[in-house]
Amino acid sequence: MSDQLIFAMEVTLNGLMAGVLYALVALGFVLIYKASGIFNYAQGVMALFAAMTLVGIMNGQVPFSHLINALFGGHTTHFGWTVPSLVAILMTIAVMVVLAWLVQVLVMKHLVGQEPIILFMATIGLAYFLEGVADLMWGSEIKTLDVGLPQGINLWIDETTLGIFGYGFFIDNLDIVATVIAALLVTGLVLFSQYTKQGRAMRAVADDHQAALSVGISLNFIWVLVWSVAGFVALVAGIMWGTKSGVQFSLSLIALKALPVLMLGGFTSIPGAIVGGLIIGVGEKLFEFLIGPMVGGATENWFAYVLALIFLVFRPQGLFGEKIIERV
Amino acid sequence: MLDQSDSYLTEDGRRIGAVVMEMKNITLRFGGVVAIKDISFDIREGEIRAIIGPNGAGKSSMLNVISGFYVPQDGEVLFHGKKRPPMRPYEVARQGIARTFQNIALFDGMSVLDNVMTGRLNYMKTNLFQQALWKGWAEKEETENREVVEKIIDFLEIQAIRKTPVARLPYGLKKRVELARALAAEPKLLLLDEPMAGMNVEEKEDMSRFILDVNDEFGTTIALIEHDMGVVMDLSDRVVVMDYGKKIGDGTPDEVRNNQDVIDAYLGVSHD
Repeated sequence: MSDQLIFAMEVTLNGLMAGVLYALVALGFVLIYKASGIFNYAQGVMALFAAMTLVGIMNGQVPFSHLINALFGGHTTHFGWTVPSLVAILMTIAVMVVLAWLVQVLVMKHLVGQEPIILFMATIGLAYFLEGVADLMWGSEIKTLDVGLPQGINLWIDETTLGIFGYGFFIDNLDIVATVIAALLVTGLVLFSQYTKQGRAMRAVADDHQAALSVGISLNFIWVLVWSVAGFVALVAGIMWGTKSGVQFSLSLIALKALPVLMLGGFTSIPGAIVGGLIIGVGEKLFEFLIGPMVGGATENWFAYVLALIFLVFRPQGLFGEKIIERV
Repeated sequence: MLDQSDSYLTEDGRRIGAVVMEMKNITLRFGGVVAIKDISFDIREGEIRAIIGPNGAGKSSMLNVISGFYVPQDGEVLFHGKKRPPMRPYEVARQGIARTFQNIALFDGMSVLDNVMTGRLNYMKTNLFQQALWKGWAEKEETENREVVEKIIDFLEIQAIRKTPVARLPYGLKKRVELARALAAEPKLLLLDEPMAGMNVEEKEDMSRFILDVNDEFGTTIALIEHDMGVVMDLSDRVVVMDYGKKIGDGTPDEVRNNQDVIDAYLGVSHD
């Protein structure tokens, strides 16, 4: 087998893994969009916020310590304990649920029935507000996140491929874990929305608010639920990306990478988010590998967006999006 | 319990019971516009009660007051003899009042079966954890509710389209699915907002038959708004007539038909 082909295989595998991480972020968008028709610009910042909260809790940081110290004097920044990662994750989930409730009660509740563009603007405001709050709560320095996920080269794959091709593939253990977790998460979410009472209520609310009310569904409850689930997905994405590249502001920008994924997969489809993520992940890696050298590289920065543009022209509803058919 | 002392039998042998829902001096304003002006009437157990009137008379507003979508500025709503505090629509629904809408409100992305199943949501008591484990409670519950739903689907003769996404259905069938969803909640009071609007004669006859059958088979109390006078007079036990937000007539179809105010409202009054 030619070297070129073997390299391409390795690149494809790595692309798939990266795609899973894109898909994770895209999922958060799809969930909220499906259930409330809101395009949640703050999803990326929610991932950042969740990751920062997790690190903060694990390190025993005092929230708002700078603010408290500035107002009342004193120099306490840490409680002086550390929290085991599992406990810290559970506590972070609780924080995300509270956040979901606050978003609903303070913002979204007052915007029921408004134009989608207004709701979208509200989430932009939310994104910047949340970013500020996260910095104020936990400080803006770059933090490392280690919840005990395996990292580094997977030796088994390295050795096996070395035996077969005479060349060892470099696959990061973290990427494998991320893939497994994402698969579990997606399966769970699909089962939840298709087969549980709350899932059915969620789909009902997404379709028609008035009709949902008339069968006894509380919109408030469902929206808090949806934002909580989106917060949970943000936490998972935050953990994966945070472990990979540190918890820092740029984490919130992964949301931008989710946009082309959504355009490919369709804004309303959970499987679409997955497939879209994989296509973008593999596509950009392969493109960089094959075409990159001819055009001077750095194609990963724009490949996804150009692909998304092409899709917008030829199939605006995405691969799996609901086709818009109007009865006349 | 309801006071059954003043119940009576209709000519066709159905028993009309005590008052289930009583509206007392209801007034509803939107800013300066008075949609409903000091209206009182009641709905008895097991009867088909119609609300009629020309366009803009406030019929839909009245239905929205009953189902909690509007909160009146004045007046009382008594359900089962008890004063009802201002409630949100989903709380009203949980009390056993189901409704359909004038401009069909279905869940377009779901199949007919799923749409009707949403009517059972309030009968499903298992929590997320139990549903995650699925076997046992949740499955039993799903099966039981599914049985009720299948019965209603059979009853309304929509078996053939059970798995079809509702967005693809023609208008008349959508109306029937909406009725099925409301029935799935086994309501104590069923509110129908113009169930026959926009239908052809044949569809109207079908819908009339279903409404009568529902009332007859399940003993469901029904309040409906309808424009078609012929249909209303044939279907209902008692009729409330509204015009410009006021009640101008109330009684059996015959009484209403001969009421001079009602005739004037529908045919106009000469001003010479």
